[in-house]
Amino acid sequence: MTATLRHIRYVLAENPVTGVAFGGFLLILLLALAGPALAPYDPLASDTAAALQPPSWAHWFGTDHLGRDILSRVMVATRLDVQISLAAVALSFAFGSVAGVCAGWFGGTVERVLSRLVDTIMAFPLFVLAMGVVAALGNTVGNIVVATAIINFPFYVRMARAETNARREAGFIEAARLGGNGDARILGFHLFPNILPPMMVQVSLNMGYAILNAAGLSFIGLGVRPPTPEWGIMVAEGASYIVSGEWWVALFPGTVLMLAVFCFNLLGDGLRDIIDPRRRT
Amino acid sequence: MPRTLRLILRRLLSALPSVAAVVVVTFVLTRALPGDPAAYFAGPAATPQAVEEVRKRLGLDRSLPEQFLSYLGELARGEMGTSLTTGQPVRDDILARLPASLELTLAGLLLAVTVAIPLGVAAATRPGSWIDHSARVVSTAGVSLPVFFTGLLLVYVFYYLLGWAPAPMGRLDLFATTPPTVTGFLLIDSLLAGEGATFRAAAAQLALPALTLGLFSVAPLARMTRASMLGVLSSDFVRTARASGLSRSTVLVTYALRNALLPVVTTLGMVFSFLLGANVLVEKVFSWPGIGSYAIEALVASDYAPVQGFILTMAVMYVGLNLLVDVLYGIIDPRVRIEA
Repeated sequence: MTATLRHIRYVLAENPVTGVAFGGFLLILLLALAGPALAPYDPLASDTAAALQPPSWAHWFGTDHLGRDILSRVMVATRLDVQISLAAVALSFAFGSVAGVCAGWFGGTVERVLSRLVDTIMAFPLFVLAMGVVAALGNTVGNIVVATAIINFPFYVRMARAETNARREAGFIEAARLGGNGDARILGFHLFPNILPPMMVQVSLNMGYAILNAAGLSFIGLGVRPPTPEWGIMVAEGASYIVSGEWWVALFPGTVLMLAVFCFNLLGDGLRDIIDPRRRT
Repeated sequence: MPRTLRLILRRLLSALPSVAAVVVVTFVLTRALPGDPAAYFAGPAATPQAVEEVRKRLGLDRSLPEQFLSYLGELARGEMGTSLTTGQPVRDDILARLPASLELTLAGLLLAVTVAIPLGVAAATRPGSWIDHSARVVSTAGVSLPVFFTGLLLVYVFYYLLGWAPAPMGRLDLFATTPPTVTGFLLIDSLLAGEGATFRAAAAQLALPALTLGLFSVAPLARMTRASMLGVLSSDFVRTARASGLSRSTVLVTYALRNALLPVVTTLGMVFSFLLGANVLVEKVFSWPGIGSYAIEALVASDYAPVQGFILTMAVMYVGLNLLVDVLYGIIDPRVRIEA
């Protein structure tokens, strides 16, 4: 355990960016949990007298076309964005890793059917497929989650299958089998914990992509409806004011969105360094 | 040469399952899922009777396999239904708007490739230098950037602040005359017609959206070029080439880069997927009259035939692009040809 801690400290010292990313992650978590409590204004309260005010001491991020405080909206939006991406990633992780482990372990028909399914999903440009899924299932936040989960599913299947394949003949698996464990027990208690670390890296990298995807969908008017605060929709609302010079309406939610994604990506890279020093790039 | 031809044929055949899958999924997405298309087509004020009539007219009262067969038949005849919002056949709408999307995507891709490959090579030849570090920051930042946000930032800086770019309103400003349509690509059409002013106007409109798309796809390409160049540069044949006293540029370009490009070409497939998706968002930001903004308008109006046509077109384009990459790969890499 101390060796792991020392390694983590070494990685953090070697790459301070990972530490910063971790700090950012904690901040996102804090905002997601306590955003509504910390926000200085009601995110839905409009005040037309103070519409489109540039950033000031009263409104750090300025106000939008209805006079709503952008800082409060950005803070409150964190929860919804994190919820959507977390739910989507959890879904694709759960289904994808089970499917991938089964494909890698049993091979044969199971593997053929699953890889056909994965190939079918990958035959589409992913964002376009997500648009289609939301259009077909109905324009709701829940379906944004489903669509994002579907387009991320192939990555988990492929990764879990590859990792399972690599360990199928490993000594500890043989030992577990000799010990009289059945397939389910070997997969669940011996193999899965072993492939978990590389899968977690994928989860972290995927979180960023899921947030981007969800924000992109709501940017084009799918899923989240106004006046709900959400980063993508806030950028969309600010888009029409960019050409007339009111930059703050779109800039702040967009920057926060970008920083959140950046943070998850860096965290993923950092986690990879901690888990597997060989893959360091 | 017949071997290359056979390879191309084989690749074409191997793309068939993808196309079949795309057609089935598109059908399932629009017909078999919850939600009643007949109710949508009949409109919100329709009586149950009217909905029933629409259902009959659309053939939605028949069984799913029957519907699928008639859907295939329609597709074979190039029919994709009629758009409710424009009142035009979806096929005509899409054909009219496709060149705009293609011009934008290709311009973005070209821009990305011309920046990413030199950047990746430079980063790989000087690992640990400032250029390597900045390449890494750029490529991590690049994948984190929401395209719609970068687009808006570029509009703010280059249109509002500096006034260099025209307003983000479509492919041509009002004062320019549209050249006679030959290819549908405004840049090429205006050159063919010899209209320099139109060419400049079209290029000015294209610059920012293409830059947005390019910025977005530089990241994965530069990353891959760097990684694969690093691998190739440390290989034996490069060492031998260096030891034989070949010039630095010969070693870099003829020996290393040519080999390093192969995995980069493979990455292009993934980049296309992102690029075609990002295209939709960029079209919305710049009011670009392509198939992406067409699909968005239709989606918002719950007009399903155009959405279906759009998804199908995008997916077929994606399969086609990947096929092209595959064939290209076989032509660049003699080893693939021998295996085939």
